[in-house]
Amino acid sequence: MIEARGLTKRYGRTTAVNALTFSVQPGKVTGFLGPNGAGKSTTMRMILGLDHPSAGDVRIGGRRYADLKEPLREVGALLEAKWVHPNRSARSHLRWMAASNRIPAKRVDEVLEIVGLTGVAGRRAGGYSLGMAQRLGIAVALLGDPGVLLFDEPVNGLDPEGILWIRQFMHRLAHEGRTVFVSSHLLSEMALTAQELIVIGRGRLIAQTSTKSFIESASDSSVRVRGPELARLYGVLTGQGLAVQEAPATEDSPAALIVRGTSTEQVGELAGTVGLVLHELTESRGSLEQAFIQMTGGDVEYQAGGHTAAGPAPGVPGGPGGPGGPSAAFPPPGAVPPPGSGTGPVPPGPVTPGASGGPAGAPAPPAPQPGAEARRAGKP
Amino acid sequence: MTLLTVERIKLFSTRSPWWCMIIAVALTVGLTAIFSAATTSDDLDSLTPATTQFAYNFGLVVMMVMAALAVTTEYRFGTIRSTFLAVPGRTPALLAKTVVVAGLAGIVGEITAIASWALAKVIQPDAPLALDTSQEYRNVFGVGLIYLLAAVFAIGLALLIRHTAGAVVIMLVYLFLAESLLPVIPRIGDHIQDWLPFIVGNNFIVAGQSEVSDGPPVIEGLPFGPWGSLVYFAVVCLVLLAAGLVAAKRRDA
Repeated sequence: MIEARGLTKRYGRTTAVNALTFSVQPGKVTGFLGPNGAGKSTTMRMILGLDHPSAGDVRIGGRRYADLKEPLREVGALLEAKWVHPNRSARSHLRWMAASNRIPAKRVDEVLEIVGLTGVAGRRAGGYSLGMAQRLGIAVALLGDPGVLLFDEPVNGLDPEGILWIRQFMHRLAHEGRTVFVSSHLLSEMALTAQELIVIGRGRLIAQTSTKSFIESASDSSVRVRGPELARLYGVLTGQGLAVQEAPATEDSPAALIVRGTSTEQVGELAGTVGLVLHELTESRGSLEQAFIQMTGGDVEYQAGGHTAAGPAPGVPGGPGGPGGPSAAFPPPGAVPPPGSGTGPVPPGPVTPGASGGPAGAPAPPAPQPGAEARRAGKP
Repeated sequence: MTLLTVERIKLFSTRSPWWCMIIAVALTVGLTAIFSAATTSDDLDSLTPATTQFAYNFGLVVMMVMAALAVTTEYRFGTIRSTFLAVPGRTPALLAKTVVVAGLAGIVGEITAIASWALAKVIQPDAPLALDTSQEYRNVFGVGLIYLLAAVFAIGLALLIRHTAGAVVIMLVYLFLAESLLPVIPRIGDHIQDWLPFIVGNNFIVAGQSEVSDGPPVIEGLPFGPWGSLVYFAVVCLVLLAAGLVAAKRRDA
């Protein structure tokens, strides 16, 4: 069980991680998904106490990493496989790590056996292939038989056999009741590995959802539509019985509407009949990568000027001509995420309302989590 | 205790410490052996216990490099992060490293000093090499203490700099340029010299040694006696270590 609350890391003027609030549950593989440079590694390093957060905190089973007495027995981590002295043998590396947390020396041979490095354990680690180094990193993570495991991009640079091995391995670890948190920038890989997803972009939480609902929402086509009168547009579209969801404005992209089960033609004609001006009308169809890019799009690239960061969204519900727009679809920025959004599946949709992270400095208060106590008690 | 074991495994499971130790001992003892063998019977009187330690700085520098490497290679290869993952308090692990590395440097210094003296005695059995006065004991057995403290100095510096090249260059420039050039400055040079740690540390070994000796250089008029000098040197090294520990704790690994 890993809980982050308002976790923030600033380097000078850049904010690498911005008010992240999420939780990782035991018994399943949780994917940590985001484009390169989204802040995944920084977050993992803060979980492990290597980097000091600028604000907020993160706890493992209710405690900070720095307060764990013999941390390798509780948390295993593979952040970088190459964190080994190249002239030291794998066995020596594992031996000193084991000794540091009073882990019996025979465990070293056990983990070497588990990852299949027994035969080369005496060789210098600098001569290992990437796959072997990755296995050694996993052996380090498993050394203390921990209940919580973190893997940062574990399949990077591995051959298909190695990828399959790691994937099955993580499933087994989760099946044993452990908390498994895996970061990746490869959505297709996460779709096969993770049951839960935490998606971030540019350091901000975009969604925490189950992989199943994420894929369901991603695999049907949707239309993104944007115009100066969003609220009227919303009314017109819902008036036709269409499923409309609001994509709130971010720093870089203005607010828009996401319409499911329709076509650009239908939306365009509807808008035309009531004389609404549109600024954007795009269709996105179903691949996971596209869904991912659609979700994180505003969070990876700088967009051309002309859009103000503060879109019309916040003022829309009460605006003129907003016939019956349910206010739930337009939560104020920084709204409390609906209870359970942190744990269970959320309604399908590329954007989880309220989970998109409020403005900096206003981290969403931690969502009440029913059963959190029970889960903590049942932590492996 | 467990952390000492950890650092011992780390230190001895790579080759560079072994090379450093061999080079330190071989350089220093070898030079002393050549010196002893080259001493003619006319000059035999000048081959005193102090003279046998004339080369102790060679081994000292090598062991300081080893101590700095013990820290900077951990940063270089990321094993410092593995260390901090295992010991999130950081300071205990770094203190254990200091104890192991500085302890080893002290032992190597002691071996170097005694071997240099013993070898000189074997080569020139008629030279006045007997250890009688407390000054002569300090002259030989004190060398290990200076090695130990200098290693602490190097670890503190390495924790602050974190890069091998940077730490080693700064260390050598300081040892060989700063400490020998600063005293040359007119009027204030002498006052600066009184507080340069390695000059004062050297004073612990050489204080009271006869000035005509070929041993390590004697500088007159330093503010402390031999033991006071040692304490001052120790304080400087420990302050640098403390600064390094604080930096390591505060910084992101």
